[in-house]
Amino acid sequence: MVEVYQQVLYIKLDQVALDFSIQEKELSKKREMAEENKVTLHGLWLSSYVKRVELALKIKGIPYEYVEEDMKNKSPQLLKYNPVHKMVPILVHNGKPIVESSVILEYIDETWKNGPPLLPRDPYERAQVRFWASFVQKQLFETMISVLKSEGEAQQKVIKELLDKLKVLEEEIKKIFPEGIPTSMNHETVGLLDIMVVTCFGPHEVQEEVLGFKFIDTEKTPLLFSWLKALNEIPVVKEATYPREKLVEALKYIRQVSLNK
Amino acid sequence: MAEELSLLGMWASPFSCRVKIALKLKVVQYKYVEEDLFNKSPLLLKYNPIDKKVPVLVHNGNPLLESLVILEYIDETWQGYPIFPKDPYERAVARFWAKFIDDKLLPAIRRACWGEEKGREKAVEEATELLQLLEMELKEKRFFGGETIGLVDIVADTLSLWLTSFEEGSGVELMTREKFPKLSKWSHEFASTSAVKENLPPKDELTVFLKSLFGKPAK
Repeated sequence: MVEVYQQVLYIKLDQVALDFSIQEKELSKKREMAEENKVTLHGLWLSSYVKRVELALKIKGIPYEYVEEDMKNKSPQLLKYNPVHKMVPILVHNGKPIVESSVILEYIDETWKNGPPLLPRDPYERAQVRFWASFVQKQLFETMISVLKSEGEAQQKVIKELLDKLKVLEEEIKKIFPEGIPTSMNHETVGLLDIMVVTCFGPHEVQEEVLGFKFIDTEKTPLLFSWLKALNEIPVVKEATYPREKLVEALKYIRQVSLNK
Repeated sequence: MAEELSLLGMWASPFSCRVKIALKLKVVQYKYVEEDLFNKSPLLLKYNPIDKKVPVLVHNGNPLLESLVILEYIDETWQGYPIFPKDPYERAVARFWAKFIDDKLLPAIRRACWGEEKGREKAVEEATELLQLLEMELKEKRFFGGETIGLVDIVADTLSLWLTSFEEGSGVELMTREKFPKLSKWSHEFASTSAVKENLPPKDELTVFLKSLFGKPAK
């Protein structure tokens, strides 16, 4: 009888040992996969380009490690991962770097298919999103930066350009939201264009304070104003809002440096 | 319903040429409409009121603007020849170089060839550095896309015929065979590909046109 019990015990012990060994192997595999699937974002707190990638990662629910870079003292890693432009953001996935925010956003959407999609499915709608995302970035945001960096007659010229182009976007928003802007939005319905718009102009009130005039308001651009308001309320966006005073200081500094040149 | 596809373009534009090459690779029939950029047609103003530029691809009445956006649309809409790589990482690399060419390299080349004489030397230096980066990216490959042309090759079309015309028209030498052996070889191979060859504008006419458009040569 004792022998039988012994046998059973040995079998059970073997089973435990086997289970343990399987568990060890699985854990080791998971550790390997975690290293392989590790996502690191190299960024700069001030950069709206970096914010775009952060928002995309958060919306998709992708865990990542963040590394703040110092542009005045570029790290060897930064130079290794982005030798061409030496800029952030840089997304490192499976040890491979991806650079340029618009390229990173498309990569994120194509690689992690489980979270909310950043781009629509239909090719024509995708083309529209890509076009308007580029418009917001190049025609609007970069023009606003030109306004920040100039004065006098040159500034007047780019201010007019900015206002004219904001009108163009305002017209397009009527087509994007034919039933009007929803009063509240959530991160699951937010896509690439929303991310672009909110990272470029979410802090427009701070930008307007530094520039000394309003360019997005309920009179001139009511739809854009409402869209930004709804986007800024989304928890994942709210959490990533710039500390106001820090942003004012940074924008004033950029203006000063530029005008001194 | 029959598919309606038209391309509003301009014979001397490398951006229009990109779309022509892509449609040829996909073996897609389309109607080509030549636009006079000094006298823009009501059709162009209707389909692209935003910046009134070509190329504009109109598919079943829906306009598409910006050559890079159009290239993505073409690859997503028509099967057959792959313009973009399949793997997401390789797609990211291709998109990166396409942007590099459009955002950094082409403006630098324009400044070097046609910019003010005052800043010419510096502009040539900058353009040369950027071309070096592209030369290194080509490595030992026949094309940027590997054995066959892909997105980056199509976007780099300006570096084949147009750059030669720029150099002849402005007197500024940029992509010499000594400094850029790989890119020079690529340029020749690219221009010889059938989908490209039949869509390139005539060289001499192009040189004359570019010279008249951009101004005085370097000499």
